[in-house]
Amino acid sequence: MINTKVTLAGVELKNPVMTASGTFGSGSEYSEFVDLNKLGAVVTKGVANVPWPGNPVPRVTETCGGMLNAIGLQNPGIDVFCERDIPFLKNYDTKIIVNVCGRSVEDYCQVVERLASEPVDMLEINVSCPNVKEGGIAFGQDPKALEAITKEVKKYAAQPVIMKLSPNVTDITVMAKAAEAGGADVISLINTLTGMKIDINRRTFALANKTGGMSGPAVKPVAVRMVYQAAHAVKIPVIGMGGIATAEDAIEFLMAGATAVSVGTANFFNPYATIQIAEGIQAFMEKQKIHDLGEIIGCVE
Amino acid sequence: MSKKTKEICTVVSQECIGTDIYSLWIQTEEIASEAVPGQFVSLYCKDQSKLLPRPISLCQIDREKGRLRLVYRVTGQGTGTEEFSRLQPGDTIPVLGPLGNGFPLGEAKGKKVLLMGGGIGIPPMLQTAKETEADVTAVLGYRDQLFLDKEFQDYGKVYVATEDGSAGTKGNVLDTVREEQLAADVIFACGPKPMLRAIKAYALEHQIPCWISMEERMACGVGACLGCVCQSTEVDDHSHVHNKRVCKDGPVFLSTEVEL
Repeated sequence: MINTKVTLAGVELKNPVMTASGTFGSGSEYSEFVDLNKLGAVVTKGVANVPWPGNPVPRVTETCGGMLNAIGLQNPGIDVFCERDIPFLKNYDTKIIVNVCGRSVEDYCQVVERLASEPVDMLEINVSCPNVKEGGIAFGQDPKALEAITKEVKKYAAQPVIMKLSPNVTDITVMAKAAEAGGADVISLINTLTGMKIDINRRTFALANKTGGMSGPAVKPVAVRMVYQAAHAVKIPVIGMGGIATAEDAIEFLMAGATAVSVGTANFFNPYATIQIAEGIQAFMEKQKIHDLGEIIGCVE
Repeated sequence: MSKKTKEICTVVSQECIGTDIYSLWIQTEEIASEAVPGQFVSLYCKDQSKLLPRPISLCQIDREKGRLRLVYRVTGQGTGTEEFSRLQPGDTIPVLGPLGNGFPLGEAKGKKVLLMGGGIGIPPMLQTAKETEADVTAVLGYRDQLFLDKEFQDYGKVYVATEDGSAGTKGNVLDTVREEQLAADVIFACGPKPMLRAIKAYALEHQIPCWISMEERMACGVGACLGCVCQSTEVDDHSHVHNKRVCKDGPVFLSTEVEL
């Protein structure tokens, strides 16, 4: 009997495959392609206290083996989210993880407090979005600010808190430890890497925001390295992501020390990616006679 | 809403029909039977370093044979579209679709409809012309070289405009409309943004209901990533701001629904 279940801060997922925030909406668009019941968890697009319009277009552009995005956290705000998106997700037997964004500590806390009475399983705090001027990454690049916001959010949170870390730092272990010191239950990484592309024919930036967050298979080795480093630096569980497109990619992250993984950009080029990865992990376990995922999580020292 | 599928399609034929303009027929299992005029499909590159699907409009839909015709422009060396242009009969290509909403053909039924296409916005107007049960007049705008223009003749009157004046009216599609004094009860249009902006203004001035098909850089193609938004006059249903998703809420919009 193969056990694909994993536990994050007391929350049991039927398998370690989740969606990466911002690539899967609140699940409805991809429910036309995949059975959400088969996912370990759906991590929603970031939601703020009020609707955010996001950045001007162009917001997306392709790079070699990856892409840049500067959506700017367009979202309907917490009211619509609670009325529409949570009830939608409650129709499925999967865990609901709500990604929370804000411009100030108060913004984050307001959303977290509102979600305390909602039937969601975990919160993921986005302190690492590179595409908004205030909030976002400002909290994710300074260990003191990260620890402080983690502490504040924890005061209002009724559900376990995942702090989502930015890779745009000199030493990821410093940030991982700061989140842990602030009381984070779990950390997730990596968010996107800040990048730039120039359209030489138009002599301007490919994205209206000038810079964007890089994601996709091209970033995977950077992400695996950071997940490995972070997992060795803290005692709390780590959710790994960054360029996962296949089950083999996901297993790399698990072996590097991640307890669960998120599939992001791969959804854009393969709408069935999440389910194929979940099935592929199970097939790998059968082939390699792995009975419990615990046997391979962090198995590379 | 049409059912979306990702399938591996087989190339039936491909020909170059103008400088950098290619016409590709593909065999589908399900996509063609679900498709309506004005929708698009996402094509995926074999080259895995080119991740994102390329959205291409449907030029013709043969539901009986389950085939789609895609007419597209190769945008440069080493691009995804250049890869597509090398596809030979029997080759395969992954395709996701049909995506988006088509033209509201019912709005034109029995009326005088002007179909306006500019450049690579011309192809989706061909199937639209075929399926619109109306008095169809097509006005096609080109930089210089014509393509597909003769194929529109099966479905109505056809006028052309060229920027260099080498054929038809010298100028754009609206120059033709004015020169030929073409009247309409309904307008359907697809083309570059400046053209759509001008058509929207023309339609407002003449109080003609007008639907336009928009284009924007896309990633997912299914409404999840919020990459391809356009500014909308009303608050949108998804994010409750003023951003409609071109891939999911469009690509066809009532012209007064969007800011251009």
